[in-house]
Amino acid sequence: MSLDPILRVGTKLILPFILLFALYVQFHGDYGPGGGFQAGVITAGMVVLLAIIFGLKAAQRIAPKGLVERMIPLGVLIYAGTGVAGLIMGQNFLDYSVLAHDPSHGHELGIFLVEAGVLVTVSGTMTALFYAFVERGR
Amino acid sequence: MSALAELVGRYNYVITIFLMMAGLYIVVARGNLVKKLIGLSIFQTSVYLLYIEPGKIVGGTAPIIDPAFTVYSNPLPHVLILTAIVVGVATLALGLALVVRINEAYGTTEEDEILGKDREA
Amino acid sequence: MSAVWPHLPVLQVLIPLFGALLAGLLRRPTPAYVLATAVSWVAPLIAGALLWQVVQTGPISYHIGGWAPPWGIEYRIDVLNALVLVLVTAVGAVIMPFARLSVAFEVGEGREAWFYCMYLLCLTGLLGITVTGDAFNAFVFLEISSLSSYVLIALGHDRRALLSSFQYLIMGTIGATFYVIGIGLLYLVTGTLNMADLAARLGPAWAEHSRAIVAALAFVTVGISLKLGLFPLHVWLPNAYAYAPSWVTAFLAGTATKVAIYLLVRFYFSIFGIAIDLRLLPIADVIIVLSLAAMLIASLVAVFEANLKRLLAYSSVAQIGYITLGIGLANQAALTGALVHVVNHALMKAALFLAAGAIFYRAHTTELKELAGIGRRMPLTIAAFTIAGLGLVGTPGTSGFISKWYLMVGALGAGQWIPAFVIVASSLIALIYVGRVLEIVWMREPSAQMAAVGDPPLSMLLPLVVLSLATIYLGIDTEWTAGIASMASTILLGGLR
Repeated sequence: MSLDPILRVGTKLILPFILLFALYVQFHGDYGPGGGFQAGVITAGMVVLLAIIFGLKAAQRIAPKGLVERMIPLGVLIYAGTGVAGLIMGQNFLDYSVLAHDPSHGHELGIFLVEAGVLVTVSGTMTALFYAFVERGR
Repeated sequence: MSALAELVGRYNYVITIFLMMAGLYIVVARGNLVKKLIGLSIFQTSVYLLYIEPGKIVGGTAPIIDPAFTVYSNPLPHVLILTAIVVGVATLALGLALVVRINEAYGTTEEDEILGKDREA
Repeated sequence: MSAVWPHLPVLQVLIPLFGALLAGLLRRPTPAYVLATAVSWVAPLIAGALLWQVVQTGPISYHIGGWAPPWGIEYRIDVLNALVLVLVTAVGAVIMPFARLSVAFEVGEGREAWFYCMYLLCLTGLLGITVTGDAFNAFVFLEISSLSSYVLIALGHDRRALLSSFQYLIMGTIGATFYVIGIGLLYLVTGTLNMADLAARLGPAWAEHSRAIVAALAFVTVGISLKLGLFPLHVWLPNAYAYAPSWVTAFLAGTATKVAIYLLVRFYFSIFGIAIDLRLLPIADVIIVLSLAAMLIASLVAVFEANLKRLLAYSSVAQIGYITLGIGLANQAALTGALVHVVNHALMKAALFLAAGAIFYRAHTTELKELAGIGRRMPLTIAAFTIAGLGLVGTPGTSGFISKWYLMVGALGAGQWIPAFVIVASSLIALIYVGRVLEIVWMREPSAQMAAVGDPPLSMLLPLVVLSLATIYLGIDTEWTAGIASMASTILLGGLR
């Protein structure tokens, strides 16, 4: 399989666009369907495709196991940290209205950070799940 | 006749209850651990439908205030079920991971064979 | 300090959550353990402050994200959940020193950091269920605690731990899903998820939607009963408790089932009971009959159990029967008895399972026939076990006597002779199974392979001694437990229709 030139070249061509699409879904989440969950799964899908075509080693060069496993708590930390930022600035936990100069901008910024956290955690979780199941088979 | 009409008129609930019972039946009746998990997932999916269906109003739009629209669908069930789906995925992943480990430890995923091996040991 | 004060309800949940995340990032056993210990010791301080505040000034409401209830998620603390918070965090704090050696021995190097991460997540979930005033939020926390407890159980040293964890996963998920179905029906009827708002809106909705509300009540009852191990739904419990790492068993026995009981009490007395007259439904009779069955049958099974941990697990099922009996009887004395027994049983069972863990740490077995005469080799451990075991029986002078006394007064006060009789009968059976263990560990000659066995190190002994002394202390000074429990049950019963 890994010797098939069409698959190899095709995958190489498509990989950056998958990541770009993930970022599009991530940032378009403010205005339409999309957001951290979907973008995270698409990002993880890119790593999975890479691993299927070029092997686990190639995938783990780009997304090392230690990094992926640390991304899971890191994303939640970003989410919870955003909530705590509101708490430190004198409002209740997860109140984003104080994060910027006026409440609407604060909410936008808060949700942006939360979605970034979701992206990190979801892509980390999905990739880690894939690694865990693949490595068991050896 | 009226009972039948009521059933047809509320076909969404019929589908929900059918999925619910089918899922629960698979969990109880099947001995294979993977099949149990599939049944569990179907069971959970039926609950997603239970929440989502009543939230949709035919002709309703997203609840964004605009003079052109007066009928809105309720978005809250979607948010709740998004959470429930994530929980469901996490449960399924953990369940499958456990099945992989059980398969490594016992060499089978059939519940009665596993229990038999434990009884011998 | 004053800036932190109003945020205590959310910090109670947030600090364990941050602990779990940092433990997951650190990935090294010693820092993770230090972190888990620090979090476990800070949590009871917050819980104590909340309890003090609630007793002084009445319920606290905290609005997540600044969104006012019923639209936003509300954390609502009253005397009942403050008591449960103190219990859960205190159990976690006391047993934490035991974890280091026991977990290193049973779970193994390399997995310790994830173990503490999962423990902190489980603690987060349990505390979250307790503080939240939102029915769906309670489900999310329920699943956080459940998923992490499946992992904790699966980390047991025996391969049977995997299957037990899987069975618990299936049963627990069915339970949680039943709970969500119940909440969904309530949401369809009332359009709200806030517990206080539900209580206010269910009453007016009763006339038109009584069938949906009864169905919701049934689903919620079955769902939570699966999690708390009410008698015919307890089948996951003995294996999960028996094959989980000993420390996990002590933690879960002291906290997880108790929090599920709290949730049941919350639904009966703060939601359904306020909105509708529960005496119109046969719900109390069902609960009482199942509780009595639990008290008799599970105790009898415990008598014939060959493994110490399984014996204690069946005893847990029986003791949960006492608690649900008090909930079913629903008068002042009985409900107080149930709430006191939640605290007392949690502390006793944690002590007993820790003792089983200490025995396993030294003797590498918990099979009763191999434990002959171990009391002479590990005198302090077995002495603590004996005290907690006597508490289980309900010997006067131990905390178990207090809760059973209240339950007895409640049963007789309600004119129910059968429950009163079963309380006595079940205590006698408890005397048999505890006595059987005590006979084996104290009276018999130690076998040769137990010659080198001794009491465990101080870090394991200390939690054990503290918990068993608590069993005696709470049997003498009942102001803390019975006083607060009776305050809580007055509030709960006062709202009933």
